[in-house]
This record gives sequence, C-alpha cells and structure tokens, in this order.
Amino acid sequence: MSSEAHTAEGQIAGHVPHPYHLVEPSFWPLTGAISAILIATGIIFVAHYNDYWVLTAGVIGAVSTMFVWWRDVIHESRTPGLHKLVTQIGMRYGMALFIASEVMFFVGFFWAYFNFFFYPTHMGYLHAPVWPPQHITTIDPFAIPLFNTMVLLLSGTTVTWAHHALLENDRRGMIMGLGVTVLLGITFLCGQGYEYTHSPFNFYHGGIFPSVFFIATGFHGFHVIVGTTFLTVNFFRAIQGQFSVKRHFGFEAAAWYWHFVDVVWLFLFVCIYYFGRSAITAA
Amino acid sequence: MSATALHDEHADHSHQTGFIRRWLMSTNHKDIGTLYMTWAIIAGIEGGVLSMIMRMQLAEPGNTLITSGQTWNAIVTAHGLIMIFFLVMPALIGGFGNWMVPMMIGAPDMAFPRLNNMSFWFLFMGFIFVNLGLLIGPGSGIGWTLYPPLSDSTFQPGPAVDFTLFSLHLAGISSLLGAINFIATILNMRAPGMTMHKMPLFVWSILVTAFLLLLAIPVLAGAITMLIMDRNFGTSFFEPGGGGDPVLFQHLFWFFGHPEVYIMILPAFGIVSTVVATFSKKPVFGYLGMVYAMIAIGFIGFVVWAHHMFVSGISHDSKIYFEAATLVVAVPTGIKVFSWIATMWGGSIELKTPMLWAIGFIFMFVVGGATGVVLANAGLDTDLHNTYFLIAHFHYVLSMGAVFGIFAGFYFWIGKMYGQQYPEFWGKVHFWTFFIGVNLTFFPQHFLGLAGMPRRYPDYPAAFAGWNYVSSVGSMVTSVSTLVFFYILFKIFTGKQVLADNYWGEGATTLEWTVASPAPHHTFEEVPVIR
Repeated sequence: MSSEAHTAEGQIAGHVPHPYHLVEPSFWPLTGAISAILIATGIIFVAHYNDYWVLTAGVIGAVSTMFVWWRDVIHESRTPGLHKLVTQIGMRYGMALFIASEVMFFVGFFWAYFNFFFYPTHMGYLHAPVWPPQHITTIDPFAIPLFNTMVLLLSGTTVTWAHHALLENDRRGMIMGLGVTVLLGITFLCGQGYEYTHSPFNFYHGGIFPSVFFIATGFHGFHVIVGTTFLTVNFFRAIQGQFSVKRHFGFEAAAWYWHFVDVVWLFLFVCIYYFGRSAITAA
Repeated sequence: MSATALHDEHADHSHQTGFIRRWLMSTNHKDIGTLYMTWAIIAGIEGGVLSMIMRMQLAEPGNTLITSGQTWNAIVTAHGLIMIFFLVMPALIGGFGNWMVPMMIGAPDMAFPRLNNMSFWFLFMGFIFVNLGLLIGPGSGIGWTLYPPLSDSTFQPGPAVDFTLFSLHLAGISSLLGAINFIATILNMRAPGMTMHKMPLFVWSILVTAFLLLLAIPVLAGAITMLIMDRNFGTSFFEPGGGGDPVLFQHLFWFFGHPEVYIMILPAFGIVSTVVATFSKKPVFGYLGMVYAMIAIGFIGFVVWAHHMFVSGISHDSKIYFEAATLVVAVPTGIKVFSWIATMWGGSIELKTPMLWAIGFIFMFVVGGATGVVLANAGLDTDLHNTYFLIAHFHYVLSMGAVFGIFAGFYFWIGKMYGQQYPEFWGKVHFWTFFIGVNLTFFPQHFLGLAGMPRRYPDYPAAFAGWNYVSSVGSMVTSVSTLVFFYILFKIFTGKQVLADNYWGEGATTLEWTVASPAPHHTFEEVPVIR
C-alpha cells in the first residue's frame, strides 16, 4: 500500500450506491440446520435402534427447507432491481466453488480406491495382494456400465441442446432438450439400479472391493438423483417461461452440475469398472 | 428502481427488529459474526474447563479424579474437537472474518447472507453433537484424530462415537458453506478501486483460509463417511479383516488435518499483521511478500500431510519427501516473522493491549515453529511422536498462536464491534497473567516429552512428577487469567463511553475505521471508491 494512502479516510475518493442484494431475515437457515441434525440423528437411530422415523422427519424437513428457500431465491430473482449483474456473478462463483468442493469429496473415494488398486498389499497379509481381490467376480464394464456411459454422454449433449435452444429463444426446443436429459438421467439410474440388484458381490460384509465400489458409484448415483431433480425443476421453470436469453443462471447451474456428474462417471467407468475388472475367464 | 428507493428499503434492515428476527433469522454479517463470537466464548469455556480437569488429574501421579481410561480419552477428544472446531475456527473465521471482511473490502454484507446464517446454525448443531459424544454412555474416546481401529465398532460400538463423527460432518458443512461465502464475497464484492493487491492482509488471510477449507473439508467428509459406514453398515474400508487399511484413514484424515492447522493459524497471521502495523504506525513491511507467503503456506499445506504419519509404516522414500517438504514451510513462515519484525523496526511503537498480544503471538509462534522444525525430522519424530513434546509444540502454535491472535483481534476490534473500549489496565493484566500461565503450562511439557512421557494417559510414573506439577500450576494461572477476561467482558458490556470512529488514530488504515463505532448495521449503504 502506498504511503499517501496510510490513513483510513485518505484512501476514499468518494462513494457510490451499492449494487448488491441484501436479503430479508429468513427462517430457512435454522430449519435447514435442524433438519440436518434430524438426518444425522436419524442415521444413528437407523444403525443402532432400527428406527426410521427421525431420519424420515429429517429428510422431509431438508427437502421442505430447500423448496421454500429456493422458492424465495427464484421469487427474488424475478423481482426487478434485486439481482443486479454483480449478484448474478456472485451466484456463479458460489456454484463453481460448490462443484469444486464436490470434486474434492470424490477425491476421497478415488483415493480409497487407488490405495488398494495400486497397492494391493495394503489389504494386509490375510489377503492375496491382487486387485480385484481373489474370489471377487466384477461387473463386465462393456455391459451396463458402457451403456450408462453412453447415456450420460448423450445427456451431456442434450443439455447443451437445451442451452442453445434457450440462447436462440426457442422455448419449445429448450423444453424438449431438458425433457430428454431428464429421461436419460432416469435411464441411467434404472441401469444402475439393475446393476446393483444383480451385482455378483454384496455390499454388507462383502469386504473391501464392494466397499469402495459401492461408496464411489453410490455417491455418484446420489449425485445423479440430485442433478436429475435439479434439471426437472428447470424443466418446469422452462415450461413456465422463467428463463430469458440473458438471464437463466438457474439452468446454467444445473447444466454445470450435470457435466460435473458426467465427468465423475467417466473416471469411475475407466478406473473402477475398466481398470478394476477381473481377468477374463472362459464363460 | 431509483437509488433513493433502494436506500429506503435498506433502512428496514435496521437494529429495530425483534429478538427472533435479529438472532434466529439473521441475514446480517455483523449479527452472525456476533453469534459466532458468543458461541466461540461458550465453547472456549467448556474446552478450558475440560483442560483444567485434565491438568488437575495430572498434577500428581496416582491422582484419582479420573480413574477410567475411556473417560480420560473422552475428555481428551472433546477438549481437542471443541477447541479446534468450536473455539478457534468460529472465533477467527466466523467471528472476525464475518465482522471485518465485508467492512475491510467496502461491502455492505456477505455474498450469501442466508447461507452465512446456516453456517452458524450448522456449527451450533455440531457443538450439541460433540457434547452428546462426550456424555452418552462411556463417551467417545477416539481422540481428535479419530483413528480406527480405536474408533471402529469393535472397540467403541455405542452411538457416542457416531455423534462425534456426525458433529464433524455438521461443523464441516458449516465451514464449507462459510468458505464458499467468503471466497465469493472477497472475489466479487470489493469496493471500486480495491484491487486484490490493495486488500488488507486480514482479508487475504481469510481468502487463503477459505480455499484451504474448500479443498480440505470434503476429503474429511469422505473419510468420516467411510468410518461411519464401517461402524454401522458393514463395509470394511479400514478393517483389515475385510481387506481394509487403517493407514488409509490416516492419509485421508491428515490430507484434511494438515491444511486444518493452517486454517487455524492463517487468520491469526492476518490479525497480527494488522495489529503490528497499526501500533507501529507504519504500513506492513513487504506487503506483497506477506500475501504470497500466505499463499505459499496454503499450497505447501496440501503436500506435507504424511509428516503426521512417520511411525505408521510409510516407506523410507515417503519419509524423506515429507520431511523435506515440511521443512520448506519454514521459508514462507520466516518471511512473515521477519516482515513483522521489520514492520516494527523504526516504528513508533505503542504497547497497547492488542499489540502485546500480537508481539506475544510472534514470540510464542516462533517457539512453536522451531519445535515444529524439530518434529519435521522423521528420525527425531520416531522418538518424539505422541509424546508431550508434540503436545507442547502444537499448544505453542495453537493456545499461544491462534488464541493469542484471537485475543489480539478481540482487543483491537471490540470497540468497533460493540462501541465500548476495554479497560487498558485490565487488558494488560489479562495478557501478562495469560502469557505466564500458558508458558508455565506448556514449556515444561517439552521436557516431559523429551524424557518420554506419552500423551493421552491419565497417570504417569513418579519420575515425571515435578514438571507435571509445574504444568498444572500453570493451568491454574491461566484459569485465573480467564477470570480477568470475564471481568473485562463485564466492564465492556456495562460501559457507557462514546467512541470515536478511529479510536486508534494514525496507523489504523483499513476501511472499518472510517465508519462509526459501533459499526452501523450494513456499514456501507454507499460503497467507498478506493483511490
């Protein structure tokens, strides 16, 4: 800092009105936090007392909080003068940073996977140092997983179709693109559900391979559910005509999120399904 | 909408709201900062009481205050987690960060005010959970490091450990949302003319801290999720019986845990820079060097994690790498220490209470940093690992580093935050008694560690009696000192002064000194244009 500015007032040349959006007091942060402890307590109750009521209450509370909170945000975004350009940019920062943190969340699970993939001796002397572990039959990567890869890659293009339609002010095209994307997301989830229910290994007490397999693909599947929900909300917002050529960050955020989910899947497909497949044996 | 109409609308955000609207539904960075500070003080009292209990038990060999190792471990765990997640982080980041960052960059509030409030409430809920973990059944005696197999269902099957683990999930979500909020605020809401290279160092420190949180916390979330699954849902990530690897948990934990220690100290760096410059009446020496030193510390913080794992069986080559990388941290840290000294050099130094805490910080942090250099050596660490030498080391950087930073910030800004100045005499009494107390507590622990006394035991052989007694006396001095702090709080909250905008005068150059004390509700209804 230069020396002539070495007083507090000396740095200020003047004042201009601020362009930011100062929000009204809101009850939703507190209900969100209460829902979070209900979910956490609920999981503990499920594990220790086989009681599902607290978890159910927590999930209902969390979903309701999200609903009313984001309803408020959408309402504010449609109130002229609140979401000026700088506020819109702030939301882009927020979403990008959130996705960055999500990436690090998956880094943890990939780390767990590679800890055993590259160093099978880390399974300990009770287990033969090979990956996938002995007695594990893995899922054929070129069956449902490859199909699901194609589904997600296709959905990446259809969400871009929706985006370009929006930029061309073609609402019908946008609704079509989004609708197809949502259907592809649901298709992926059906494929994943089939794979899980027909998997050759068990999650519960199945050992380390099913543990890393199910936690990585399972959290990915959960993110697909979230992304599909996010896109579905945008589908209905598009039907109501809430997006314009210039202002449609809600849609862009969903598209960013969807691409993130897509990229995570590509890593899962290559690293876990393909690299981690068992040696091909005669059928 | 015209500027006037906007102004009227904002006038509604005044202090004239009811208790529930103001404190349970807040979207104001100052009120949320106050909530954080209040809760940090409450958590600090609990964490402090737990440490007093431990020092009472350890005052003499054979004490019977605590007879069960499990209870001891539960107290150790709660003390560590409360001090880290519910005192230091809420005070430095949630409290001062919330209060000062928007004011220092010339913004009326944070980028996402509702998210800001939810960060606080998640922290509050996490604090409830960590107490459930302490109190339910035999308590959760897993240490703040949560290592399996001690934390798995074989050894501690009850729900207490799950509450502790979920408390970290809640505190982690709180930090994550806060980090996103701070980064968006700092990158997007600086006043016109406030370039990145003109930002006050405290803002820089919060920015770097927020990036560390953003990238480190999710990895911890993954690790404790896997631990919860291992405990309750039949997986075996960390259980060798199923092919799992307990050392994997250590890697994941410390990939978060090492950035975490910089998360705790960087905001204190920012406060100390501000305070030292103010009371030396000079700009910070080597501003850009200070900025990039913090960035360097943040970056290196991500690539040194396994120096916490020298005795976990990692390979020889890994030890060499992690030792060398760790020693590199001393370089940017040295840049900071020398720059603080150079800032004071030739300055017109005023030894007001905040400056005493800042100088105390520099002095004590250097001691903690030097023992850090010792512990970074894989060979020495093989002997010193998990001894009281380590305890002394990290309390020198935490209870004398981070906490001194908190007190420096408190005395520096309380007038701006509350509108009442602290009593100078009692502030100095607080500093000196605290300084003597913590040094008396922790300096002898170096000797105990070198003599081989291990951490996390409620008892010890008579050979360690002398220095343990001194250490316990020191903790009593610290608690008396804390009573002085409560008296100061009482004096502040019953004061009836009228404070000037810039009560420190020349030297206090950041934007919060251009507004009234206490600062108005949304500070800048019109944002300043910086030269």
